[in-house]
Amino acid sequence: MANLKINGKTINVDVEDDTPLLWAIRENVGLTGTKYGCGIAQCGACTVHVDGVAMRSCGVTVGEVAGKDITTIEGLAAGGVMHKVQLAWIASDVPQCGYCQSGMIMAVAALLKENPKPSDDDINDAITNICRCGTFQQVREAIHAAANA
Amino acid sequence: MNQHVMPKLNRRAFVIGTATAGAGLALGLDLPFGGPSVVRAADGAPEVNAWVVIRPDDTVVIRIARSEMGQGTLTGLAQLVAEELECDWSKVTTEYPTPGQSVARKRAWGDFSTGGSRGIRTSQDYVRKGGATARVMLIQAAANEWKVPAAECKVSNGVITHAASGKTTTYGKVAEAAAKLEPPADVKLKDPKDWTIAGKGLKRLDTVDKTTGKMIYGIDVKLPGMLNAAIKDCPVFGGKVKSFDEAKISGMKGVKKVVPVGDSAVAVVADTWWHAKTALDALPIVWDEGDNARVSSETIAKWLAEGLDDEQPAYVGNQNGNAKAAIASAAKKVEAVYSYPYQNHATMEPMNATVLYTPDKCEVWCGTQNGEAAFAAALEASGLPAEKVDVHKLMLGGGFGRRGMTDYVRQAVAIAKQMPGTPVKLLWSREEDMQHGKYHPVTQCKLTGAFDADNNLVALHYRLSGQSILFSVRPEALQNGMDPAAFQGVAQSGEAAIGYSVPNLLVEHSMRNPHVPPGFWRGVNVNHNAIYMECFMDELAQAAGQDPLEFRRKLMGKNPKHLAVLNAVAEKIGWDTSAPKGIYRGIAQVMGYGSYVAGAAEISVTDGSKIKVHRIVASTDPGYVVNPAQVERQIAGSFVYGLSALFYGGCTVKDGRIEQTNFDTYNSMRINEMPKVEAVMVPSGGFWGGVGEPTIGVAAPAVLNAYFAATGKRIRSFPLRNQNISFA
Repeated sequence: MANLKINGKTINVDVEDDTPLLWAIRENVGLTGTKYGCGIAQCGACTVHVDGVAMRSCGVTVGEVAGKDITTIEGLAAGGVMHKVQLAWIASDVPQCGYCQSGMIMAVAALLKENPKPSDDDINDAITNICRCGTFQQVREAIHAAANA
Repeated sequence: MNQHVMPKLNRRAFVIGTATAGAGLALGLDLPFGGPSVVRAADGAPEVNAWVVIRPDDTVVIRIARSEMGQGTLTGLAQLVAEELECDWSKVTTEYPTPGQSVARKRAWGDFSTGGSRGIRTSQDYVRKGGATARVMLIQAAANEWKVPAAECKVSNGVITHAASGKTTTYGKVAEAAAKLEPPADVKLKDPKDWTIAGKGLKRLDTVDKTTGKMIYGIDVKLPGMLNAAIKDCPVFGGKVKSFDEAKISGMKGVKKVVPVGDSAVAVVADTWWHAKTALDALPIVWDEGDNARVSSETIAKWLAEGLDDEQPAYVGNQNGNAKAAIASAAKKVEAVYSYPYQNHATMEPMNATVLYTPDKCEVWCGTQNGEAAFAAALEASGLPAEKVDVHKLMLGGGFGRRGMTDYVRQAVAIAKQMPGTPVKLLWSREEDMQHGKYHPVTQCKLTGAFDADNNLVALHYRLSGQSILFSVRPEALQNGMDPAAFQGVAQSGEAAIGYSVPNLLVEHSMRNPHVPPGFWRGVNVNHNAIYMECFMDELAQAAGQDPLEFRRKLMGKNPKHLAVLNAVAEKIGWDTSAPKGIYRGIAQVMGYGSYVAGAAEISVTDGSKIKVHRIVASTDPGYVVNPAQVERQIAGSFVYGLSALFYGGCTVKDGRIEQTNFDTYNSMRINEMPKVEAVMVPSGGFWGGVGEPTIGVAAPAVLNAYFAATGKRIRSFPLRNQNISFA
């Protein structure tokens, strides 16, 4: 049993404390925008925000984040208005298969919060998500567009 | 190991093989029902024809049979239909007919297979006709209502007008009447130069849901009462389960059942996948690994190397003149041996399928590149007749060829069959996905070139040794034992023809099929053939003391389309001007999937081993470009996929199994390693080529040839990490 605060709501989930946050979000809370890609914090498809910081949810347990503010892709839009990163993503038509994009967008939203005008080098250092389709140049374009929005 | 032998075709292998490729439906399946003539859309709107449904509010639903896996085909096909339909693009949505519906209507939607870069090029004709036919019927319905000749009516953006009477109506208002009309026998398609919707870089139709987390992929399916399954197949391909100790895990939280899957795998079914996986990891399984457990990358490499010997039998795929004799008497001879490893598709979404089986019905929900192949697999695995089976296609989290195979569908049905009435979602762990791929095949190639005294290339002998995909996947497609696809990119003619004319040419393949299952991996055989040929062309140019571009140009006089794309990249990268200090260039070209492509790279190299790719230019002539924005993305994505494989990829075999288990051992490029790709589209018209795959062929050789320019070193075995070469 754990109380998870996800997208502003406190949800009581019946899972063991050592359950990876990713699986609690997907299977117990039922939010499937956060994706499973590797389970070993390599690919970033499962990135969410924990107290505003981008984290790979496959690599943290429910016990470690109980009571903390967790935001998933479904909670990124505030008050029905899409986040500027999402808007930039749509404007640049970034996704191909789209499977990695929830995690990519969450990683970028966290980056812009910390560094509102990242340089290309800053992007290279901060964004380490895998995209097998190879959307990187649209990702980069959209990050700059969101930063300037 | 099968050594260069003709496979025995028993009926079972034949049906399975063809089912995998999607053609199985045509074989021996007597379908007992005709199906309704009009299929209502989910909300009850009528279809004008198989491709077009129009709702009373003028929303246009375009049916798409091919699968969207990121490549943009969904949007491109919708553009082609909408172009002929003359509807309002802002009102277009799409839906997938199910394979069951298609079969019930005598394959009304044609081929579902989405591979070989065929999504658009091999259905463009009939989907455009579908749009044009619907347009004619809609106009006719309005004309009938107004009692005027249809020829006097015009349509634009879904609004029909009759100028003389000033009457106007919309598609939504006449769709019901149009659906009852006889379709015209023949329709004329627009000249692509008059296109206003097709040919434009319109936004994708699926972007918004992919940025909000709302898009439902196979892995996201939820059904009432659904359970979840995790699976372990014998890590040695061809091995079997000897025993498993269910008692050890039956008390673990959430576990409902432990089931055998075929004779080689075990699955744990639990309330959640995490519980299923945790229990599966704790399940003691004893494998009968069989003789394949003795195979390693080393034993495979040794066996393939033997196939490079001219004494060994080989299939001839392309020849003119007498290459062996010309080489024997040549003034100068150059020889090199290359090899290319196994590669995993590593789609971001691991394999999965959800199945609800009852004795009366088997329904499958999954991402698949071939709905009909998934349908055929479900049919066979369930044992039910066609009218009791269906497949609901969902968005694919990557395909790259992997999801054209149906192993995961077959497994999911086998599991669900042991739990009738309960929907079960089978999801592979990343580790299972890495170790049970359908791998890019392994090959080696010995290339020999010969020059006359004036440094003219007089002979080329291209001897390939290694694995055939068709031998394993579609043995019925072999031609007297020969795999014609093995010569993709170096064939005499057709959709993957060689671009060079050499007076004496011999291209041959010694087929050697290790036990590791091969599959169609983005680019398929074009990948290694382009690397071997284009790197060796650079070697030949060097031996002749000529510029690599000029050397190629002299051999390409009879292949103007190949040459045109090569010239286009050369111009764009500035080949005639010297590169900035410390920057080195490489160039390559190939034909594949009916399209002509070329690429050029600018790189710098630090300490001889750290590569930074500064610039990539790529040119393609696919005949027609349906959506330039998506073509540009496919070109760039091909470089990411191809260079990831070149630098980081390579699946190795030890004790009969694949050693790589996750992205820590099978890495993929990140944003910091990838420059912008400058795409140059030069569609010359008159043919329809594919886009998703051909460019990958030039990705690796463009960079490798630049690496030689920078260092004077040729790399002939991959991935580069094995040579301690990495991204800077």
